[in-house]
Amino acid sequence: MKFRHLTLAITLVTAGLSALVSTVATAQAKEQYFPVLPYRSGAYAPNGVPWANGFVDYLKLINARDGGINGVKIAFEECDTAYDTARGVECYERLKGNAQGAIFQPLSTGITFALTEKAPGDKNPLITAGYGRSESSDGGIFKWNFPLMGTYWSGADIIMQYITKKEGGNIKGKKIALVYHDSPYGKEPIPLLQERSKMQGFELTLLPVTAPGIEQKATWLQIRQNRPDYVLLWGWGVMNSAALKEAVATGYPREKMYGVWWSAGEPDVKDIGDGAKGYNGLVATGEGGPVLVDIKKFVHDKKQGTGPIDEVGSVLYNRGMVSAAMGVEAVRRAQERFGKGKVMNGDQIRWGLENLSIDAKRLSVLKLNTVMRPLSTTCVDHEGSRSARMHTWDGKKWNYSSDWIEADESIIKPLVKQFAEKYAAEKKITRRTPADCQS
Amino acid sequence: MAFFLETFIGGLMAGMLYSLVALGFVLIFKASGVFNFAQGAMVLFAALAMARFAEWIPAWTGLDNFVVNVLLSFAVAVVVMFVVAWSIERWVLHHLVNQEGTTLLMATLGVAYFLDGIGQTIFGSDIYKIDIGMPKEPVMAFQNIFDGGLLINQEDLIAAAIAATLVGMLTLFFQKTATGRALRAVADDHQAAQSIGIPLDRIWVIVWCVAGVVALVAGVIWGSKLGVQFTLSTVAMRALPVVILGGLTSVPGAIIGGLIIGVGEKLSEVFLGPYVGGGIEIWFAYVLALIVLLFRPQGLFGEKIIDRV
Amino acid sequence: MFYRENGQFKTSYRSDQQIFPIAQDRWGIMLLLAFALVGIPLLADEYIFRAILIPFLILALAALGVNILVGYCGQISLGSGGFMAVGAYAAYNFFIRVDGMPVIVALLLGGVFATLVGILFGIPSLRVKGLYLAVATLAAQFFCDWAFLRIKWFTNDSASGVAAVSDLQVFGFSVNSPLEKYFFCLGFLMVFGLLAKNLVRSAIGREWMAIRDMDVAAAVIGIRPMYAKLSAFAVSSFIVGVAGGLWAFVYLGSWEPAAFSVDRSFNLLFMVILGGLGSIMGSFFGAAFMVVLPIAINQFLPVIGQAVGITISTANITHAEFIIFGALIVWFLIVEPHGLARLWSIGKQKMRIWPFPH
Repeated sequence: MKFRHLTLAITLVTAGLSALVSTVATAQAKEQYFPVLPYRSGAYAPNGVPWANGFVDYLKLINARDGGINGVKIAFEECDTAYDTARGVECYERLKGNAQGAIFQPLSTGITFALTEKAPGDKNPLITAGYGRSESSDGGIFKWNFPLMGTYWSGADIIMQYITKKEGGNIKGKKIALVYHDSPYGKEPIPLLQERSKMQGFELTLLPVTAPGIEQKATWLQIRQNRPDYVLLWGWGVMNSAALKEAVATGYPREKMYGVWWSAGEPDVKDIGDGAKGYNGLVATGEGGPVLVDIKKFVHDKKQGTGPIDEVGSVLYNRGMVSAAMGVEAVRRAQERFGKGKVMNGDQIRWGLENLSIDAKRLSVLKLNTVMRPLSTTCVDHEGSRSARMHTWDGKKWNYSSDWIEADESIIKPLVKQFAEKYAAEKKITRRTPADCQS
Repeated sequence: MAFFLETFIGGLMAGMLYSLVALGFVLIFKASGVFNFAQGAMVLFAALAMARFAEWIPAWTGLDNFVVNVLLSFAVAVVVMFVVAWSIERWVLHHLVNQEGTTLLMATLGVAYFLDGIGQTIFGSDIYKIDIGMPKEPVMAFQNIFDGGLLINQEDLIAAAIAATLVGMLTLFFQKTATGRALRAVADDHQAAQSIGIPLDRIWVIVWCVAGVVALVAGVIWGSKLGVQFTLSTVAMRALPVVILGGLTSVPGAIIGGLIIGVGEKLSEVFLGPYVGGGIEIWFAYVLALIVLLFRPQGLFGEKIIDRV
Repeated sequence: MFYRENGQFKTSYRSDQQIFPIAQDRWGIMLLLAFALVGIPLLADEYIFRAILIPFLILALAALGVNILVGYCGQISLGSGGFMAVGAYAAYNFFIRVDGMPVIVALLLGGVFATLVGILFGIPSLRVKGLYLAVATLAAQFFCDWAFLRIKWFTNDSASGVAAVSDLQVFGFSVNSPLEKYFFCLGFLMVFGLLAKNLVRSAIGREWMAIRDMDVAAAVIGIRPMYAKLSAFAVSSFIVGVAGGLWAFVYLGSWEPAAFSVDRSFNLLFMVILGGLGSIMGSFFGAAFMVVLPIAINQFLPVIGQAVGITISTANITHAEFIIFGALIVWFLIVEPHGLARLWSIGKQKMRIWPFPH
């Protein structure tokens, strides 16, 4: 056999065998395992990297500053999903074996949908802070999903409230266009917007942009002809900056554009600079303040920072940081009931997530009082809080242009009920009993 | 009427941008019979090189002049693409000389993955800016004829002009220079060209270098429009219908195909799209190319495929 | 020495025409099946089932389908992802909308619809050849991508356009644990593998290969190109559609159209070409290679890095995955352009004359 063939055969056998070798870091018996599922490569990396850095930095902070959660150190491990569902599922399968239950935060609506089916069976709670299925805020049906701090329906509602207020309370007859990423993520706000359109009498135009959304000339020419009063942007990755650049190129005033919190981060507008001046977006986190000082002191000054230091405090960084904080608080809450200083398993962490009551005092202790609003989850409400602020790009940085706005539950609750029950009917799940809520 | 014209002109210009990418495909297929699936990755790599060197050169040498910086980083990026072209020829194509089309196709796909990975490792996976001084504001033309004027995107207009110049230069190169003649000879028949003494290896390196420069120009223009990031390589998927509509072996075909596809895409999205919910651009372009293929199986300007038994 | 066939005489046409005429081959296959049915369930852990074996089985089925079209009939198709999607969504609709629909019937009906779509998008192959056809099949891919996002009926009018199934039951047995899913997919693969092997050995298979080798000459000797090409599209799309249904129902559980994007089509084409065009066994090899390689690189690299003293970041591991993957593919194609199946048959050839060198 030729030498080349022999080497090829040997390489293949080695590759095959090495796949069976598990080299992942196993959490020590006395450590709480936090798997991290970021995407640091691929089409959405520029947005995924700051989020991941914020997430990991916060975990490092808890270890360095507090010595862990009541003495239990945090062990974390990353597995790059590249925003691909199959890879995300593989990462989940690989990492879940390292602990008796852990919180997974996939930062991708596609992976969330896939894991929603698998996680309950494996007893791994899912935190989908600011993304995922909007109807999963109904904890009575979605026992293991926690869309903390606002779902897409809450976000869309907040934008509409802001616009309504800006127009003096009446937007009947106005034209609102939704430019959205043609995927489950982009389609999420549509039911709420349609509901509000019926209620408030505005005309809703839906303009899908095929992923990844690099060429949007046709969409913006339609907007130019339609002349909507406001454009809502629901994109991710390159679609956001491409949309803004086309808005510049077709002369649509950026002041009339409102983006959801995933369309209003630094990577989306940095390049365009002054061109995007006046663009508004939702942001679910307030000023970083004291906690960022701590992160710089305990993590970055000790050369343990996950990313560059000038990223600390950016929009997506803060979002990742807060998502990690929720996970840590859930474990802490679980420890209050099931044993301080012990490692928590999946069921216990889930109980912790369901019984969070982070009030203003607690937020001050955590040094997160400017970053987020008080959050309290219950058996039927897995969202916890549903507020966000509006910020506007001035060409160089984001400036807050509103205070905290809370989403209107009266509109969202019936929608959540309707869609959650539809899911339950499809899956033949019965609503949880009050007894189940106590466990 | 005005809106139709706006969409039409917008489509023409989008089409020119696709043609820029399609040119690379055509050049390589014409001369070496390889369908280069790595063209998208090459566009990204070239754009990354230019963007990063535009940052690094002032940082390393302290140069402050904008024009000099752009020219210098462009020159460096050209050299980088020459190195890439030479490496591909030497380490991939040289060893796959007589293989069938599908093998070469897969090899270029492998090269695409490799370039993606190496590009992100060397240059990083963040979004980078390419600034060549393109105007971003639109211009309103014919304000006296149409109410409010027709919207024309200046950046696209300049890009279309650059593409046209590039095609002109390439046509001159192919028709008037000795190397161009040699390239055409190789495209016609490898063995005959070899028998009259044309060095196949060197010709292929030259072709890939030219394709690399074309990829660089395409990368600079698209990068200036979108910012240089990983998704830039997906522009090749948008340019494929242009290649097959125009014909795999025709440079003018790439341009005309581009114009047709661009116009077809935009008109369908704007006028047909709302009836079916929108988002039909991409598949419409492919279906359009498919329909043309049913009437002319070799594309509009491609070489007729003759099967000898 | 061990692989010789002397002493094995065939006394009937039936025994001469069997799939594995050499007794050692028959033993080999029996052992492999025994290992697959008994050995693996005993040895493998949950991760191996869920992350390696189940994707391998489903993708091997899909690669089988693609190989029939690309390897045996010579029609390069880049629309396999779209056909998988058709199979998945059709099976989903039958499963959800018809009360009490058995899972297997739903999957097969999904395959039937994939066949219809495959024949529709295969019609251009009568006129268009080679690379032009490859790009034309992308029209099928992108159209399917769009259709499943836009037409709400396909996803049971769900707001976000995501379909989900769970709690599958087959003949009273549940198919939910990794082991059960493994057996379910293995069953499909075994049945379809046997069907495919027999198809390609039969008259229709020979027609396909004739079309692949020289379609004008085939038409001259009386093979109807339309029938041959469209039947290749039909059979291939059926198998790919069933594989798509399995991928959605069994592996993902809950999916969106992006799960069947053009990357999946390229993935399948890779499997078929690396495994060996025109070889049933090649599909299996190719699928195994493509499933195991990314995971192997992902696991192996940090270990090597630690051994050398460098910590590689997760981003760089993914980038290195791309680099190694691309380099490996190119190197592989240079070393053995006919794929892993050719390597296997060379190995068998050497075994026949071992220990003698020639």
